[in-house]
Amino acid sequence: MDNLIPVLVAVPLLGAALLLCGGRRLDRVGHWLGTLLAFASFGVGLALFFSMLGRSTADRPVHVTLYTWIPVNGFQADVGFQLDQLSMTFVLLITGVGSLIHLYSVGYMAHDQKRRRFFGYLNLFLAAMLLLVLADNYLLLYVGWEGVGLASYLLIGFWQHKPSAATAAKKAFLVNRVGDVGLSIAVMLMFTTFGTFAFTPVFAHASQATQATLTGIGLMLLLAACGKSAQVPLQSWLGDAMEGPTPVSALIHAATMVTAGVYLITRSSAIFNLAPTAQLATVVVGAVTLLFGAIVGCAKDDIKKALAGSTMSQIGYMVLAAGLGPIGYVFAIMHLVTHGFFKAGLFLGAGSVMHGMNDEVDMRKYGGLRKYMPLTFVTFGLGYLAIIGFPGLSGFFSKDKIIEAAFGHGGTEGWILGTCTLVGAAVTAFYMTRVMLMTFFGEKRWVPDADGHDPHPHESPAVMGAPMVILAFGSVFLGGLFSINSSFVHWLSPVTGYQEGHSPLSTTTVTVCTTVVLLLGVGVAWMMYGRRPVPAVPPLGSLLTRAARRDLLQDDFNHVVLVSGGSHLTRFLVYLEGKGLDGLVNGIAALIGGTSGRVRKVQNGYVRSYALSMFGGALVLAATTLLMRAV
Amino acid sequence: MNPVNYLYLAALLFTIGAVGVLVRRNAIVLFMCVELMLNACNLALVTFSRLHGNLDGQIIAFFTMVVAAAEVVVGLAIIVSVFRTRHSASVDDTNLMKL
Repeated sequence: MDNLIPVLVAVPLLGAALLLCGGRRLDRVGHWLGTLLAFASFGVGLALFFSMLGRSTADRPVHVTLYTWIPVNGFQADVGFQLDQLSMTFVLLITGVGSLIHLYSVGYMAHDQKRRRFFGYLNLFLAAMLLLVLADNYLLLYVGWEGVGLASYLLIGFWQHKPSAATAAKKAFLVNRVGDVGLSIAVMLMFTTFGTFAFTPVFAHASQATQATLTGIGLMLLLAACGKSAQVPLQSWLGDAMEGPTPVSALIHAATMVTAGVYLITRSSAIFNLAPTAQLATVVVGAVTLLFGAIVGCAKDDIKKALAGSTMSQIGYMVLAAGLGPIGYVFAIMHLVTHGFFKAGLFLGAGSVMHGMNDEVDMRKYGGLRKYMPLTFVTFGLGYLAIIGFPGLSGFFSKDKIIEAAFGHGGTEGWILGTCTLVGAAVTAFYMTRVMLMTFFGEKRWVPDADGHDPHPHESPAVMGAPMVILAFGSVFLGGLFSINSSFVHWLSPVTGYQEGHSPLSTTTVTVCTTVVLLLGVGVAWMMYGRRPVPAVPPLGSLLTRAARRDLLQDDFNHVVLVSGGSHLTRFLVYLEGKGLDGLVNGIAALIGGTSGRVRKVQNGYVRSYALSMFGGALVLAATTLLMRAV
Repeated sequence: MNPVNYLYLAALLFTIGAVGVLVRRNAIVLFMCVELMLNACNLALVTFSRLHGNLDGQIIAFFTMVVAAAEVVVGLAIIVSVFRTRHSASVDDTNLMKL
């Protein structure tokens, strides 16, 4: 049974190879082939899952070493897979949501000429992501990490004929590179400290390393997580990544790839538990990002960018929870899974709306769509209720637990973090209600598209509807399922460890607070966008709104500090190089040249002048000889 | 007669020759001045030979004469051919060998 683990990765990889190298003759069946292989991978995942459920807790993690990748004396890199409860959770999420999104893409990309290549990239992404979560050492994880980065780049820039998409892809790639440097430094630090980068020995010996080393490794891993998971300060790429096709945004930039950072932190829990400074940095990053993303989400009129801000914010919750240590890891992953379902569902809903509205993304040009797209409305609505944490739905269970864990962190920190998460919950309710009201309620604000076609909103085909329905089911019931008898905690705690937080507030108080702020957010949004008509031209807005529309000036900041700073530094270095180094070298050359120019005048061609030199020389020789003899 | 006087004469002749080489322009005169210097050396060599009572100096004087004769042949040939092309025996006119 365990031999099936490599098959999980091999199946989508085979799909990618076939679709990308197969050429035109696969054009007609390529999309179904890709979808079939994704489902096959999901089937293998399910088989492994049930086989794992049948074993006792201690026997659940399994380990398969495929072959030795780099056998060098003192440096052993294996291609080995490790399937434990944490990996299993990710495998099911990736292949499950991935398969559904493959299916959805069959409908969404039906008229795209490059459809075969699109499915090839999606399969490549699945393979890389599975490699990332199944690797049993950091080096192989790094391979998967770069693989998903590549797939993300290819898919963001899938419509590369649009300059904005090409730029967004480059931006995502470059920003991710900053994080990747962090991961590579962390791996190297591990190798120099522990002599290996396989998970088991590294975690076993973590306590023997110095505090400084552990903090260094932890901070570098955090940097890597920030890059991949779009956390402050490396968050700027996610909004632009929405240039990719919507299924890509749903799969890669909402449900799976961007959560790789949370996986990395949770997987490295043994290191983070021993490095309090790194943990503190992690919760700060999480808290800042959850508010940052939420504020950005409030101001965006582009439905996908509003959802992207929301993704950033929700991952902020997860990173915060992961930074809390053993009281948070389980809930970080639980929120990750439920978020994977409802956010993928929301994105697919947004894609369905765009599909019906001539690819219009501006929510100010939507309105009143609930009558025209009832299925999209219902599934999107359920996802909406889940993400704002409506009692009884998935988001309620997972987010509530994170808020409780934040308070349970204890002390002043606990209060600050808890308040941040509560404020975040209120803002989440506000911006999601805003999206909901602007899209599905109110009067029609439709405008003809660039070619003059009036939009005729219609329900999407069944092949797109089915995944939305399934994801909506997940959004509704998954959280409850996980919470019955704390089943998810029992499932995951053998890997990540778990301990109860000591919350100063009782569970009931937290739940009541969450529900109150939730209603507050919804109420304010209704006052602003439900009761009043939505202006088709966005009002000027407050200073904060205007800043939030520009992603809270993140690009301006990057431009001023990094781009201008970098180019000024470069210019300074060029100046220094020109005047300093070149000056020195050229100066020496000029000195020698000038001197020889003067010396050259001695060679004037006059025989008598040469004779004089010879005479002088002979005199000097004679004088020297005499002098030496005299002495 | 004191042999040192011959050395004074040799020095005088050598100086005349050297100054002549440095100040005169005519190649023939220059040449004669060089010969004068050579012969001054010969005189000094022969004098030293006499002073030290051996034949070394005289032998070297013979060598010098042979070299001087060969040199005159080559030198005059050059001067004649330069005169043929440039119609001048002035050494200052042949100043092409410079950078």
